[in-house]
Amino acid sequence: MLSRTADSLYWLSRYVERAENTARIIDAATRLAALPAGYGAATNEWESALAATGCLEAFRQHYDRADAETVVEFLAFSPQNPSSIKNCLEVARFNARSVRTALTTELWETINTAWLELKNFPARDPTQRLSDFLRFVKQTSLSFDGSAYRTMLRSDSYCFTRIGVYIERADATARILDVKYHVLLPPGAKVGGSLDYFQWSSILRSVSALTAYHWVYRQNVKPWLVADLLILNQQMPRSIASCYENITRYLDMLARHYGRQGPSQRLARATFTHLQNSKLDDVFQGGLHDYLSGLIADNSRLGSLINDQYLT
Amino acid sequence: MTVTAFDEMTALGQECRSGYEIVQSWLGATPTELLRLRQQEAELLFRRIGITFAVYGDAEGEERLIPFDIVPRILTRPEWDRLSKGLEQRVNALNSFLKDVYGKGEILRAGVVPEDLVYRNPYYRPEMQGLRLPHDIYVSIAGIDIVRVDAETFYVLEDNARTPSGVSYMLENREVMMRLFPELCARHRIAPVENYADELLATLKTIAPRSAPGEPTVALLTPGPFNSAYYEHSFLADKLGVELVEGRDLFVRESILYMRTTEGPKRVDVVYRRVDDDFIDPLAFRPDSVLGVPGLLSAYRAGNVTLANAVGTGVSDDKAVYSYMPEIIRFYSGAEPILNNVPTWRCREPESLRYVLDNLGDLVVKEVDGSGGYGMLVGPKADKATIESFRDKLVRDPSKFIAQPTLALSTVPTFVGEGVAPRHVDLRPYVLTGADGVKTVPGGLTRVALKEGSLVVNSSQGGGTKDTWVVDVPVLDGTSQAQLQSQSQMQSQTGKA
Repeated sequence: MLSRTADSLYWLSRYVERAENTARIIDAATRLAALPAGYGAATNEWESALAATGCLEAFRQHYDRADAETVVEFLAFSPQNPSSIKNCLEVARFNARSVRTALTTELWETINTAWLELKNFPARDPTQRLSDFLRFVKQTSLSFDGSAYRTMLRSDSYCFTRIGVYIERADATARILDVKYHVLLPPGAKVGGSLDYFQWSSILRSVSALTAYHWVYRQNVKPWLVADLLILNQQMPRSIASCYENITRYLDMLARHYGRQGPSQRLARATFTHLQNSKLDDVFQGGLHDYLSGLIADNSRLGSLINDQYLT
Repeated sequence: MTVTAFDEMTALGQECRSGYEIVQSWLGATPTELLRLRQQEAELLFRRIGITFAVYGDAEGEERLIPFDIVPRILTRPEWDRLSKGLEQRVNALNSFLKDVYGKGEILRAGVVPEDLVYRNPYYRPEMQGLRLPHDIYVSIAGIDIVRVDAETFYVLEDNARTPSGVSYMLENREVMMRLFPELCARHRIAPVENYADELLATLKTIAPRSAPGEPTVALLTPGPFNSAYYEHSFLADKLGVELVEGRDLFVRESILYMRTTEGPKRVDVVYRRVDDDFIDPLAFRPDSVLGVPGLLSAYRAGNVTLANAVGTGVSDDKAVYSYMPEIIRFYSGAEPILNNVPTWRCREPESLRYVLDNLGDLVVKEVDGSGGYGMLVGPKADKATIESFRDKLVRDPSKFIAQPTLALSTVPTFVGEGVAPRHVDLRPYVLTGADGVKTVPGGLTRVALKEGSLVVNSSQGGGTKDTWVVDVPVLDGTSQAQLQSQSQMQSQTGKA
């Protein structure tokens, strides 16, 4: 397969995944902002949403204040934000169009329809119909994933789309957790207090994991258990360990296709083994933030190894 | 001025010409509403498959549909046989001519074609001088534009020897006809065109460099998604089962061309390029181009890769050289041309220029290196001001122009919304030349001018397309009459159903 084709497939699925993650983060911030003041509601939930998507700096160059309107506009629609949902879907569609023949009809139609529907949402006063919009984005990524899963030949093309999804997802999960731990709780609020509790629940909700949490732990929401679920629990499809299980599987599948292993396979396997052998204590010993920063760095290093090995 | 044109179904309005019997009674029996419905279904099919083209300078429509007409254009087998013999002769002459002008130059020394037409031609490539190509094939894919003026007379309007486009429409038009009108298709014996892609791939493989190791690797080079014919490029690459590559997917190392793949560099032996000469290699031609591959020309000259079509073929499809095609055919084959040129005045010749200036209002004037229906004057359709501005251009730089009479292009019944009416058509068959000879799949792309009376069929000027059928017509003896009768019975049955 042409490297450019693989590259487009990989980024196509990364961008769709990124659009979904951003939609989920906006969703969580909206929930947090709606917390009654009696719980000591924070005033920086919108900034933390920006931090979770890694574009706080870029935002500050364009806006003075972070509130529902400005942040939603920036994260969802702004052409100035290369990772805004709108941009993500546009880049995804551009990539899809350039490899149109490598896609199944269903996959192409999903992405093309989303691109067309995007025009129906108001970029001005973005909080109008916001929940419709977020549902539309999640729906798009669901049917994107679904049509890839159900219609694509299990060839190298499929592997590259899967790898794109899981690299992006691992990154997003790590960032969401990291933000909660460091940005969200205002000074003076008690760890384990009610605000803390609601914030952690919102995080879980934002990744559709609240029910899963109760199934797994059968107790109240506790930060370290949330971290366990989202980092180490392989049953949890958005956990970093689960992402790495998949990344390793699809990189190995590629290596079998091509009859050759490379640096990306080795790093993925090492990271996965590390995650499998980690205990919750190890995670918290050096501090969650450092642990997550390490994962984010490894993940991005893996991204460039994949790029060097296959995509250029 | 009214042009009374020859209609391919009804000749001059009286009879039904051989081959069209079934279509004529089908059109007679089908209500306009039903035709309209089918037309809309066809459009939907094209929209869904994504068969689109881009119009340059059109901010709105990055992707547009070419209108498709549901009434097929029919050629009978004897008509086709004559056409295809003429095409073979013509394309062989094009290849001989290119071999000669980039080789010994005999035709120039013999004074048959003026030297300056070749050497001062913007498409002449000195880099090709003295280079031998595998099997001396320059033009592997030719699109020869043909028009018809009466039952007997076909003219070649233009030779496209660089990167002729439109073949995807030939294939998709058939596909859509088969889906929309399976009974109508089944009642004719239509020569298939589906094998075009296989024939093209086989042809390209025959001209691989001799140094190519093992089974030759073929790739299709496109300028990318912003090109007007990008859809066709991806469609063809798909049908051929070869990689669709852009310049940045390729690189040259030690005069060998490679593409970047997920498994590392892979050697490419034959490039079906849909990128013009000017853009294929920034080192050799336009340095500002990013579409090409640095060093491609050196790999080509070293004989390590075949480009189809070859570099520099534009020197043969120029409108000035066109006017010499009958002489060129005679020179290399010693035979009379089977397909004639449209009578052409070369404005570079003073006598012709005088005639053209005196008769501007009746003539079609074309720029020698224009294409796509741009930069031409259709005298009878033009207003005074346009004619006068062309007169100035002609006087200033006569050698840039040729002129031809306004032809009464044949018409074919076409569904135009309120009903079926005759519209002017042309035909572009695609001629393949490989080491194993010349092949033309029976048919081609029929383009139709949808505006009443218009002679301009280019898609960029609002033209549409039709499926083109080459049919075997039974000889009209007793048995075939009976066959026809049973066919029309079949039709009335399906009509009832």
